[in-house]
Amino acid sequence: MDQPSVHPVTWKRPPVLFTHTGWRRAIYAGALIYLVLAMQSIEVDWQRVYLGLDRGWKFVEGFLTPDFTTRWRDISEGLIESLTMTVTSTVAGILVSVPIGIGAARNLAPAPVYLFCRGIITLSRSFQEVIIAILLVAMFGFGPFAGFLTLAFASIGFLSKLLAEDIEACDRSQIEAIRATGASWWQVVNYAVQPQVMPRLVGLSLYRLDINFRESAVIGIVGAGGIGATLNTAIDRYEYDSAGAILIIIIAIVLVVEYSSSYIRRWVQ
Amino acid sequence: MNVLKLDKLSKTYATGDTALNQVSFEVPAGQVLGLIGPSGAGKSTLIRCINRLVEPTAGSITLGGTDLAQLQGAALRRARRRIGMIFQEYALVERLTVMENVLSGRLGYVSLWRSFLRRYSPDDVSKAFSLLEQVGLSQHYNKRADALSGGQRQRVGIARALEQDPELLLVDEPTASLDPKTSRQIMRLIGDACRERHLPAIINIHDVMLAQQFTDRIIGLRAGEVVFDGPPSGLTDEVLTRIYGDEDWTRMRGEEAGADEPRTPAVDLAEGI
Repeated sequence: MDQPSVHPVTWKRPPVLFTHTGWRRAIYAGALIYLVLAMQSIEVDWQRVYLGLDRGWKFVEGFLTPDFTTRWRDISEGLIESLTMTVTSTVAGILVSVPIGIGAARNLAPAPVYLFCRGIITLSRSFQEVIIAILLVAMFGFGPFAGFLTLAFASIGFLSKLLAEDIEACDRSQIEAIRATGASWWQVVNYAVQPQVMPRLVGLSLYRLDINFRESAVIGIVGAGGIGATLNTAIDRYEYDSAGAILIIIIAIVLVVEYSSSYIRRWVQ
Repeated sequence: MNVLKLDKLSKTYATGDTALNQVSFEVPAGQVLGLIGPSGAGKSTLIRCINRLVEPTAGSITLGGTDLAQLQGAALRRARRRIGMIFQEYALVERLTVMENVLSGRLGYVSLWRSFLRRYSPDDVSKAFSLLEQVGLSQHYNKRADALSGGQRQRVGIARALEQDPELLLVDEPTASLDPKTSRQIMRLIGDACRERHLPAIINIHDVMLAQQFTDRIIGLRAGEVVFDGPPSGLTDEVLTRIYGDEDWTRMRGEEAGADEPRTPAVDLAEGI
């Protein structure tokens, strides 16, 4: 080499967002100013914070001295109702969402079926569980039936969407190979798609079981039965020790479901 | 007698790319036909048009009297079961057992219910066992397909195709992900199976040397058109240039013939990628 190197000696990673320097600074500064102003608009009443902390301490006390016995009948009834609601709604949700999930997979379903199934999924996902529960309680009255319908409906959106995405991510060559043998559409689903998505479907179903149990506690508060209703009653009566007992039971059950589901998922891989 | 006849077969993709342009040839019973050509020449499209995994735009495909290009629905599935296919990356269903993979070759013949319950007829089952023995995997029938090595998987792929009792075998780059030695074993296995059954085959293959050694006839494809059709011995440097474009073919051949052993690691590396 006769000449000295003329290549640049510094290099900076180009910005990913807002490539124009002036605009970038303006946008970041604007966002910061907005955040500061927004924070100031939240009025903090220190009097209420103080009282709240006091009440919070009562929760903690109730939590530390949980009372399982006084309201045990109510607690056990609510618990059984919640568990029944959870299991039945999850099973019903799985049964409905498998066909919808298959129909919502672009690589298996023709366009009209695809759009119809995607529509159901969007409808199910656009409402939060509590809102569905309020509607269904208004329709069918208080009690676990409204809760069952709420959780089953919410499960469909969740399971079908994730199942459809997993089917769409399937290895195409395996599907092609089974099609090439002269297999019918259902045989392709059974031989090429099902083995590929089964572990994920089992995992998602167990995860949904877990979610449904936690949700059953929440929707009980708006009248859909279960342990949530019991919890609500306990708090309304200022029985924080019973409420503490209920929360401890909910946490314990969620932990048990969590650990056993991760076990089962490893086992079906 | 010709088993397969392609007449002016053309394929233009929705993007406007012409993959095949008026391809016509006939394949007699028992002939192993090697299809060579550069990447993107339309080799893969050609064999997928024959069993209609890809829809041809124009032309006819006649297999034993039926025009495959016109079939729909159940008739198409009945035609597909007469054509066995072997794939580049084996395309086994990984979470199914070896036996289920082989038996899936019968899917075009059994009812949904029987296939769902895996209740295949004794004939189908004994045929599957005998094919697994032929490809040297008789011990592995209950293993999951993803527990096998590359060469073993391709053997299962061959057994699955033969389980169909096909009238024609389509083979898409059978050795592309295998080492040189296994590649030769697989090519020999496919060749023997075809000769035994008097079965015609179309083998898509990158490796010109393997094609020359294991096929009865070569068709060279370039940009979707047949530019060579003749015996393997007819692949002169001039012909290779016509198929692949300019390259020093003599020198490549000299290397192939000259030092076989020292070359192997480089080939392994290249094939591994």
